[in-house]
Amino acid sequence: MIRFTHVGLTYHRAGAAGGDAVALDDIDFDIPDGGFRWLTGPSGAGKTSLLKLMYLAARPSSGRIDLLNTDTLRLDRRGTALLRRRIGVVYQDFRLLRHLSAYDNVALPLRLARRKEVQVRADVTELLRWVGLAGRLDHRPEELSGGEQQRVAIARAVITRPSLLLADEPTGNLDDDQAERLMHLIRSLNRMGTTIIVATHNMGLVARHPAPVLELVDGRLVRHG
Amino acid sequence: MAGWCGMAKRHASRADRIGLRAAMADRLLPFMVAAMSFLAALALAGSIAAGALASHWLSGAQGLMTVEVPTPTQPVAANGPLRQDAVLTLLQATRGLSDAHLLSGAELAALLKPWLGAAAADGTLPIALPAVIVVKADAQAPDAAVLGPKLASVAPGTIVDSGARWADRLAALTTSLRASAAAVLVIVALVAASVVAVAVRAGLSQRREAIEIIHGLGALDSDIANQFALRAMRLAATGGLLGGVVALPVLAWLALLSSSFVASAPAERPDLVTALPPLLWGVPVMFTLATALIGWLAAQVTVRGWLKRLA
Repeated sequence: MIRFTHVGLTYHRAGAAGGDAVALDDIDFDIPDGGFRWLTGPSGAGKTSLLKLMYLAARPSSGRIDLLNTDTLRLDRRGTALLRRRIGVVYQDFRLLRHLSAYDNVALPLRLARRKEVQVRADVTELLRWVGLAGRLDHRPEELSGGEQQRVAIARAVITRPSLLLADEPTGNLDDDQAERLMHLIRSLNRMGTTIIVATHNMGLVARHPAPVLELVDGRLVRHG
Repeated sequence: MAGWCGMAKRHASRADRIGLRAAMADRLLPFMVAAMSFLAALALAGSIAAGALASHWLSGAQGLMTVEVPTPTQPVAANGPLRQDAVLTLLQATRGLSDAHLLSGAELAALLKPWLGAAAADGTLPIALPAVIVVKADAQAPDAAVLGPKLASVAPGTIVDSGARWADRLAALTTSLRASAAAVLVIVALVAASVVAVAVRAGLSQRREAIEIIHGLGALDSDIANQFALRAMRLAATGGLLGGVVALPVLAWLALLSSSFVASAPAERPDLVTALPPLLWGVPVMFTLATALIGWLAAQVTVRGWLKRLA
């Protein structure tokens, strides 16, 4: 269960202008375990801020957030880190480690979870083969195309079979065929019980894969359902 | 098989499971820690040398008493023994005193010559010299404050000078030298920790983005701090070993120089190898372990403090 209860997020502006910028205002919704939601809205509406709260990169200025049945405001640093391991994130800018190969980038979450290297090798090799990067295991991000980097990012996000998968424009650098393969993977994970939230501008994709929508406008939730 | 092995080599090692092994620059740190270790070795050697010299001088100062008998050749009474002989007899009969030795005129002249010149040797001094008796004192010997009046009762004006006053001063000097050496060691350790902290902070800045990503993937603070601490520990230990090894010949040379203050006969003087106290031979090992610990702790504190700024 994911529950946002009257959540607000305000950024303090640095510099001469000063003042506060309200990114999210009074966000209130529930998503049951195993649910799927599209997150839509115009640029600057607060989609990325909402995702940040969900992957615990920011703390709300007000309200309460329950993630995977855990009150996030009560978590200490260790608890926060352990909860993050149950959340897979596909960032809009991929956020791959530039000095590591595609293989090591995807292996990172498993290694943080202290999985045996034999198991890591099997899982990572299989997943990278599945996303079409079997021949690119040893390539660093700078040696990969945008689409390939995005597939590495997706593989890293799902390698641990997370309880919650958050994706910020995951199909932005993929062609139609790759986008459909990704949606197939996401749907498969969802069927296995992973709760999924996908932020996108691609309304065609939303139309091809109907699911409830969280729509943000100017930091407020204007549609849920 | 060959491909599998090649793949394993190209990927991160077991010790570097989260890819932060090269997170710290390693060119200068070992040399800076080596310099700190060298200074610490000198301070430690100074402390040990001060202790050894003080111990040697104290054993000499504490074990001797000097007795001065004015107008020594006058009798204590009509037909009585000479004052110097009466005092000598009493000293020989006192428990805890032994080897009482009345300095001859030549010995006395040799002692006084540096201050009084040739007149001390040719007996032309315008004043009458007292007799000087040197006697060995052990732990059972009476205190100078007790012995003095006892001797004065036989030969009035007799003065007893024990080495205790000098021993107290030497002990105070030794304590202050050792405290100074300890302070230097503490300062050097703090500087070494600061050097490690600066290197770690530079590494954190260099890998800031990577650390934020790893942190976001669920790395514990300890996962990240341990990677830096392992690296810092190895680099600092290398510096400690280097500094300790370089310091050894210098310490041996200094020990050889100072041995002339301790050895009473040329035959007792050690060579370059035997001059160094056994404890100082352990400097490379001790400093390797100490700098490893300093590196580990400094990195842990620095990284954990830095990570607190992340959500």
